[in-house]
Amino acid sequence: MEFYLYLALFSPLVGSLVAGLFGARPKTLLTGLFTSTLLFTALVSSTILLVHILDGGDIIHVELMTWMATGDLYIPFGFVVDQVSVVMMMVVTLVSTVVHIYSIGYMDHDKGFNRFFSYLSAFVFSMMILVMSDNFAGLFIGWEGVGLCSWLLIGFWYHKESATWAANEAFIMNRIADLAMLIGMFLIYWTTGSLQYDIAFAEFAHVDVETLTTIGIFLFIGAMGKSAQFPLHTWLADAMEGPTPVSALIHAATMVTAGVYLVVRANPLYDLIPDVGYFIASLGAFVAMFAASMALVNRDMKRIIAYSTLSQLGYMFVAAGLGAYWVALFHLMAHAFFKALLFLGAGNVMHAMDDELDPFKMGGLKKHMKWTWIMMTLASVALAGIYPLAGFFSKDLILEVAFVEHHYILYAVLLITAMMTAFYSFRLISLIFHGTERHKQHGFHPHETYTFVLIAMSPLAILALVAGFLFKGSYIEMVTTLLPATEYHIHSPIVFWIMTIGTQLLVGLSIAYAYRKYEHAKIDKKIEDNFFYKLLINQWYIPHFYEEYITKPYRELSMIAWKQVDLKIVDASVDGIANIFYKTGEATHNMQDGNLSTMLRWMVAGTAVLLILAVAFTTGYLMLLLAFIVGYLYVNRLRREYVR
Amino acid sequence: MMEITLSHYLILSTILFAIGLVGVLKRTNLLMLFFATEILLNAVNIGFAAISRYYGDLTGQMFAFFVIAIAASEVAVGLGLLIIWFKRSGDIDLTSMTSMKG
Amino acid sequence: MFEAIAFYLFAFLTIVMFSVTVFTKQALYALTALAAGMIFISAFYFLLGADFLGAVQIIVYTGAVMALYAFGMMFFDTTRNVKEYGRSPQIIFLLSGMIALLIVIIFVVPIVSENITAIYPVIEGVGNSQAVGMVLFTKYLIPFEVAAVMLLVAMIAGIVLAGKKMDYSLTLMEDEEIKLAEESKEKALS
Repeated sequence: MEFYLYLALFSPLVGSLVAGLFGARPKTLLTGLFTSTLLFTALVSSTILLVHILDGGDIIHVELMTWMATGDLYIPFGFVVDQVSVVMMMVVTLVSTVVHIYSIGYMDHDKGFNRFFSYLSAFVFSMMILVMSDNFAGLFIGWEGVGLCSWLLIGFWYHKESATWAANEAFIMNRIADLAMLIGMFLIYWTTGSLQYDIAFAEFAHVDVETLTTIGIFLFIGAMGKSAQFPLHTWLADAMEGPTPVSALIHAATMVTAGVYLVVRANPLYDLIPDVGYFIASLGAFVAMFAASMALVNRDMKRIIAYSTLSQLGYMFVAAGLGAYWVALFHLMAHAFFKALLFLGAGNVMHAMDDELDPFKMGGLKKHMKWTWIMMTLASVALAGIYPLAGFFSKDLILEVAFVEHHYILYAVLLITAMMTAFYSFRLISLIFHGTERHKQHGFHPHETYTFVLIAMSPLAILALVAGFLFKGSYIEMVTTLLPATEYHIHSPIVFWIMTIGTQLLVGLSIAYAYRKYEHAKIDKKIEDNFFYKLLINQWYIPHFYEEYITKPYRELSMIAWKQVDLKIVDASVDGIANIFYKTGEATHNMQDGNLSTMLRWMVAGTAVLLILAVAFTTGYLMLLLAFIVGYLYVNRLRREYVR
Repeated sequence: MMEITLSHYLILSTILFAIGLVGVLKRTNLLMLFFATEILLNAVNIGFAAISRYYGDLTGQMFAFFVIAIAASEVAVGLGLLIIWFKRSGDIDLTSMTSMKG
Repeated sequence: MFEAIAFYLFAFLTIVMFSVTVFTKQALYALTALAAGMIFISAFYFLLGADFLGAVQIIVYTGAVMALYAFGMMFFDTTRNVKEYGRSPQIIFLLSGMIALLIVIIFVVPIVSENITAIYPVIEGVGNSQAVGMVLFTKYLIPFEVAAVMLLVAMIAGIVLAGKKMDYSLTLMEDEEIKLAEESKEKALS
């Protein structure tokens, strides 16, 4: 079994390195095929591992080698395949395999084809390290690795100003959060003496609550950065500058869920500090609604989906915060499938529309892109949480969790958000695929994408369809051996049915309303002048706020540091030191007139000074003073003479 | 006054040394410079011998021997170089040698 | 009494001789005065009981070094005065005097002399030469050998440096004459 573990871990790395060798070369189809094949190998290995774990096999725990061993600090490159990580491995390898194959079609005409695959595989490798590591340090390596690859891929079209800007924004925001995460890790090491999950978690029982709360908060700040939770959320929408497969893989299915994974992984910690958990849940609920509100009005297809991702991450955090870790992980998995599918569908649409992102310029694409339409609709239905698709089983479960735990406010917020989700999802579907063919005025000629791309997407579509009711049972059975196995059942069957059917009805109504309203894609002037519309379309003015109150003052501070501190103090002192030597040399270089006689005289003068010092130090300091005066007079005279 | 002590010898040695130093500083003819160097070395030798005598220690004399050996070799090499230089330029005045000017 | 008279006499003579060496304009005077001064210095060694050192002084300086100088002098025009471009004698005297004063201070103020203990005391009952030999060939054997090698090197260096083109004068002959001489020599060799 260890063999499969290593195979799953290292085949993306091999693919990345090989593709990287061809990075500067023009497109070679081979790199795409090679990396996809290796990814498929990783997928198969993960599946074998999953089957092994499902069958009740032992947790596989290996230690590749020692990384650091100094004093009490011992950090190995250790990897573990347990019930949680195997789920993540499945999600990561499955989505990335699909995305790799999809990218062969999507990046067909791109100059950076080979480079793209190298980055993409490197990302998968980092993500595998993140999920498989058996300690916080290894997790952090993967954490930074995915951050780096995310930066590379968001800024993949580096000749675009906006892309590089977005890449840097994502990177910097993540650094801020990673600092907190590092502090959290240091605290863990400080209090428990180890970064291994099992050892550290076992020690937490003996640690006081204040320290645990601090650790929990710092770790969660790290998770907030990676999962783009408020107030570090702005980078995710801007990250849509990257190629669409990147958005599907990194910014929907895998990397952004790393924060949720961290909380799930650290469940023994968060179980001990329910207050922090409740804060996480509240923030999650807030972000869910907040992001959904921005998705309601946005006119950029990819951004809408990005906000939707943000919103769903909020759901996951609600579940994780309330202690329903397995529910969070389940939603993570289901969400990965249908959100990746949604993004890939959006990529098809973009391809067909020459990279046009405004859905108001589309419409009626159903006719031209039948399969994409079916898949995207499927994904949207799943996202909205309609029975019996994947979203129903995972998302409605989170609503139930909130209800059962008596957090009715959270429940209400999530319910409203669910309606909003349905609304904006179908607003998008309606605008893109239904109604009149508005794109004709803009001169687009939409066409369906390659067949192999559609086939590659189909596993996701099937999973979005059946992941819920097929896998839920066995998933719960497997995962709850590791995670707290709390059952969330509403005791009274009447309440349960009312709630379930009520939710379904509300969601259905929202869908119908969205269809009706946007079928003809009328832009309502009255709404656009509305204060709330402006607030939402400007993303609650948060990017504006950051720009005005953080970026600009920081820039001014930097200018001061540059102009005042660096130029006037640091540079000046360095130059000053150099100038002292330069001037000294300038003033004394005629001492060196090449005449041996002169040199002898200087030598004798030096001897005299040394003798004076010798006498002075042994006989008294009064002599020293005298010596300096006399010596100075001599040297001065000598100098004057030779200057002359 | 009539008792000759170590100080007498040391002062003599110092006076000779000073004369040698004056020669080193004053002379610009290379040959004369060599003479002055010899005076310096001999002045020091007197000091060594005197200390050796008054402290009953042979180390001083040993050093005087080595100083003489060094003086001899210095003269041999120095004169060789001097001759070469003289053949080149026909002059052994220091003021004409300024190729090391900085 | 005898020692004192001898000391003052030779001290006076050495100082005079060396002063002549330093201040005269005639190269030959300087040379002669130096040789005389060296011999007078050997007198101090005899006075100090360092007989062997005195003998070495006479042999080395009058015998070897002065002979070398004489050889060297043959290359120069010694009949003329030594031309020198002296500059600011005050500084020279000031500096030299100062250093002399300082050295005297160092020695007379008992800083150094207090802590001297004999490492290799004078051996009783034997002559100076014997005592010197005993120390030189036991405690100072390696420095002695090194000095010997150094002298050998210096000798070879002197021969090589001075011996080049010994057969014609670079100063008295014209450039063309030298060239001709060289060419004819080459022809003879080939």
